[in-house]
Amino acid sequence: MPRPVLKLSGLKKSFGENEVFSEVDLEVMAGDRIAILGASGSGKSTLLRCINVLETPDDGVIEIGDITLSGLQNLAKDHSERDLCALRQRVGMVFQQFNLFPHMTIIGNVAEGLVTVRGLGKADAEKRAMAELEKVGLGDKAKTYPSRLSGGQKQRVAIARALAMEPEILLFDEPTSALDPNLVGEVLSVIEQLASEGRTMLLVTHEIGFAYHVANRIVFLADNGIYETGTPDELLKNPKRPLTQQFLSDHQRFQF
Amino acid sequence: MTYHWNFQTVFDNWWALAVGLQGTLRLFVVCFVLGMSFGLVVALGRRSPNRVLSWASTAFVEFFRNTPVLVQILWFYFALPILVPVEISPFTAAIMGISLNSAAYSAEIYRGGIQSIEPGQWEAARAIGMTGLQTLRRIVLPQAIRRIVPALTNRGIEIFKMSTLASVVAYVELLQQGKLIASLNFNPLEVYTVIAALFLIILYPMVRLTYAFERHLQRSD
Repeated sequence: MPRPVLKLSGLKKSFGENEVFSEVDLEVMAGDRIAILGASGSGKSTLLRCINVLETPDDGVIEIGDITLSGLQNLAKDHSERDLCALRQRVGMVFQQFNLFPHMTIIGNVAEGLVTVRGLGKADAEKRAMAELEKVGLGDKAKTYPSRLSGGQKQRVAIARALAMEPEILLFDEPTSALDPNLVGEVLSVIEQLASEGRTMLLVTHEIGFAYHVANRIVFLADNGIYETGTPDELLKNPKRPLTQQFLSDHQRFQF
Repeated sequence: MTYHWNFQTVFDNWWALAVGLQGTLRLFVVCFVLGMSFGLVVALGRRSPNRVLSWASTAFVEFFRNTPVLVQILWFYFALPILVPVEISPFTAAIMGISLNSAAYSAEIYRGGIQSIEPGQWEAARAIGMTGLQTLRRIVLPQAIRRIVPALTNRGIEIFKMSTLASVVAYVELLQQGKLIASLNFNPLEVYTVIAALFLIILYPMVRLTYAFERHLQRSD
């Protein structure tokens, strides 16, 4: 039995009185492409952000490779910044709002982690950054600044930035929600390509069609936790539980 | 009644003004560097999760922002040597008063600049494994400083002009030398006119330079 790339056990998170999820257990195996669906406010983004501890879970265990973070309520005491940085280096994240560094060139954005975190020389870092940029089809934009790019191009740069760190798992937090409809396709194509290479990824999305085609497992969040999970065919075509059925029928209302 | 302007008596003493200018520039450079760098330290202190540090930084800002620089310089010159047995030169007293006051003001400017950076920038940097300090140095401060250059320029101008306050403890700078010339030649109108003009002549090109610097920084927009 191979070890999971990522294992969450008993993950718990509240914002004040408002409990987002109480007991999330999830195992992600190498090559898994997991789409996380759910109504807004169901904690999809929060769950994703807990995995690389941008949000501090109140309790539970996060295991990535040989790194284990547990007893998260005492995060500041139990885990040094060094531990968190080590974990984050193994997890790539792509944000809804891209969050590119506007004062750096495109290649500077992609090379930044390699230079500052990994300590690579500038030339080596830029060489690797260039390879990632070419992979997302933006090699010719290397020397420009983010403000000159379209939203779709920005998001592809953000993907290249995450890839440059050679993460074991990629987290996509609604990567196409801030894009004009005509730019969604180019970003989804890049994600699809990464999926076909066998990369492990977790994807929070509202693009249910895309989730159906790319994911091998769907996790539906509702009712303070993982409500239903299954293959795309099981969960999207034959949902078993009422909230899942409700969610999907709401989504299909305006389909033609 | 007509007044006969006679600048000759000022120009005859140009060397005294030159010595004064040297003192002004020296005081400006030291206070600018100290004020701006210590201001950043204080701003980071105010943001610190350490309660003692953030409280002390806040207290520092409020104390030095809400007391007059002139009084601070006088206090450092006359009162401090009584409390601690060290001799304070006029230069040191002026540096302390002006630098600490500027640090308090620039700390607020830095703090505003840092706060204006979107949380997404911190998150993106943390997500690739950067530490808080790396994020500050590589991502947040470069952007924050870009936004606050105009405000920092204002502080710089202010520091340059505050140097005249050092004359109160007889530090040799432009105003001090001007007073001297005026008292010997009875020509205060001409002397103070020349000194005002000198400030304008030196400051205006410096300000133009910072405009060019701002444009240079904005090349990524």
